[in-house]
Amino acid sequence: MKLKIKEVEFGYTSVPILKGVCLELAQSEMLGIVGPNGAGKSTLIRCINRILAPQKGSILLDEREIKEMRRMELAKKLGYIPQTAGHAFPATVFDTVLMGRRPHIGWRSSEKDEEKVLDVLQILNIEDLAMHDINEISGGQQQKVFIARALAQEPDVLLLDEPTSNLDIRHQLDVMGAIKNLVRAKEISAIMAIHDLNLGSRYSDKMVMLNGGSIFAAGNPSSVLNPENLKQVYGVVAVVKNESGRPYIVPIRSMEPNGDENENNRRF
Amino acid sequence: MTSSSEAITEIGTKRAEIKEQYKKFIGRKIIFILSCITVIFIIAGISTTLGSYPITVSEVYSIIFHGLFQDVSNTTEGIIVWKLRLPRIVMGVLAGIGLAIAGTAMQGILRNPLASPTTIGIAAGAQLGAGLAFIIGVGFFGGKFLLIGNAFLFSLIPAGVIFALARFKKATPEMMILAGIAMGYIFAAVTSLLHYFSEAEALKDLVVWMMGDLGRVTWSDLSAVSLTIGVCIPLLIWKSWDLNVMGAGDETAKGLGVNVERDRIVVMIIASLLTAVIVCFTGLIGFIGLVAPHITRICIGGDNRFVIPASGLFGAAFLLGADTIARRIIAPVILPVGIITSCVGGPLFLYLIMRRKREYW
Repeated sequence: MKLKIKEVEFGYTSVPILKGVCLELAQSEMLGIVGPNGAGKSTLIRCINRILAPQKGSILLDEREIKEMRRMELAKKLGYIPQTAGHAFPATVFDTVLMGRRPHIGWRSSEKDEEKVLDVLQILNIEDLAMHDINEISGGQQQKVFIARALAQEPDVLLLDEPTSNLDIRHQLDVMGAIKNLVRAKEISAIMAIHDLNLGSRYSDKMVMLNGGSIFAAGNPSSVLNPENLKQVYGVVAVVKNESGRPYIVPIRSMEPNGDENENNRRF
Repeated sequence: MTSSSEAITEIGTKRAEIKEQYKKFIGRKIIFILSCITVIFIIAGISTTLGSYPITVSEVYSIIFHGLFQDVSNTTEGIIVWKLRLPRIVMGVLAGIGLAIAGTAMQGILRNPLASPTTIGIAAGAQLGAGLAFIIGVGFFGGKFLLIGNAFLFSLIPAGVIFALARFKKATPEMMILAGIAMGYIFAAVTSLLHYFSEAEALKDLVVWMMGDLGRVTWSDLSAVSLTIGVCIPLLIWKSWDLNVMGAGDETAKGLGVNVERDRIVVMIIASLLTAVIVCFTGLIGFIGLVAPHITRICIGGDNRFVIPASGLFGAAFLLGADTIARRIIAPVILPVGIITSCVGGPLFLYLIMRRKREYW
């Protein structure tokens, strides 16, 4: 499965959010999208999943326009894991993951679907939660359940919107490790919007840095996460260290918009 | 070698355990549904014996059974059971099913536990329609259909407005509920104006109508109601997966292939139609549409594939039970059933909320 994004533009009424974004994703690849707040990370993910419709440009899945595909068909290829959690009504973890089978089944779920649910619960090591209510487990466990639901969809591409926000460091590693293993084992790809540059650096094969709705830099983590880019895009002076072959960012201080170093921060 | 095979066995037992628990959970849902059906049959039998002419429970069942296949209007008992008492009971069952399922569906699509036919203005619309018919005698239809037609059409106005909002303004569920509440206030204000200028007799008629009553129905009314239910409910049950998925949020639902905007509108219209058809014959029977879905979810969880049929049957049993109480409590005076549903339902619901084990909504 190959995903190609060409010249995508999106805006709410008059405010442009994405301006001419182009990128490509190969099979078994994990792409991290970084950038400051409001750069368009989540918007891009939502455009790919057709939750939002871009005004211009095209998004191709194996050379097919996604806007010409039926939503149900798209759901068999793209698994979306949203940022916000929670469920309005009581639902067991098992039933929540079973919802991931929705694109593949009619009204009745079969034995086969139940087996698939059990498989993904086992992969993510959350079998013990199966009959718990989704609203009664911790944030980290919920995140794993949502990943399980997306996996039950058997998609070719996983789309993740801030998969580690609200998680403690243990759960951050667990969740990211689980995604990485799945991408390798099932030969699927993943695109994630991620705020935490160091987590992104550690788990992405490729990175894209968005700034003000366009791509500022793209490539492997070391080429994207360099001090110059961080200064220009985030307005932050940072030291980039090498940690087992991956860039590791230590932010030092923020700068004034005109490029001068921030006086207030220097004092500390 | 031994440890790895042990690990495999352990995984196997774990899977079997989960499956076992899952089957048990489904079994519990089916038992709930079957118990509701049984209770409906028992209450229906008992309820049919009530009245001035004495008939025993076993006679009732035998008359009903025979009446299905042959004409029983040659006996007094047959006429009493089939012509006088059964329409009320069948209406109780149908209204209970329809109102409860409409409530379940609305709560599902609006992702809000407070949604019900009353919250989104359907009730207030019906009230205004009825008020116009009773007090100034104007409406879209004449004669016998003046009241029913008015109540029906006015109760569809909120659905129409909400449809327009969703279609042209991309309304969110929150906007839809607020719009429904706003329309409720507008309708209530106009109704109050009618009250203010009405004659005492017409005012009483309207107030009594508002309380909800099953006593007015005939078999021809029932065919209209059962036809609507027969069409609407299978459609809602067919949409139950999409309702489940929408509970997880619009974005997740879209990601799972559900056309959220279209489904929300389709279900809203079906649920409004269902409510309107019932309310125009019975008046407003409050509380069932709000509470039956919640009580059902407390008992069997939130999977709409089961909650839709189960809440309907629970609503039917509840309404039938309330009607039986309404007929007996100060017999021979028959109280409007709406008074009993709220009086009995309110405390029952409070009790269930307080003793519930699960964190929910």
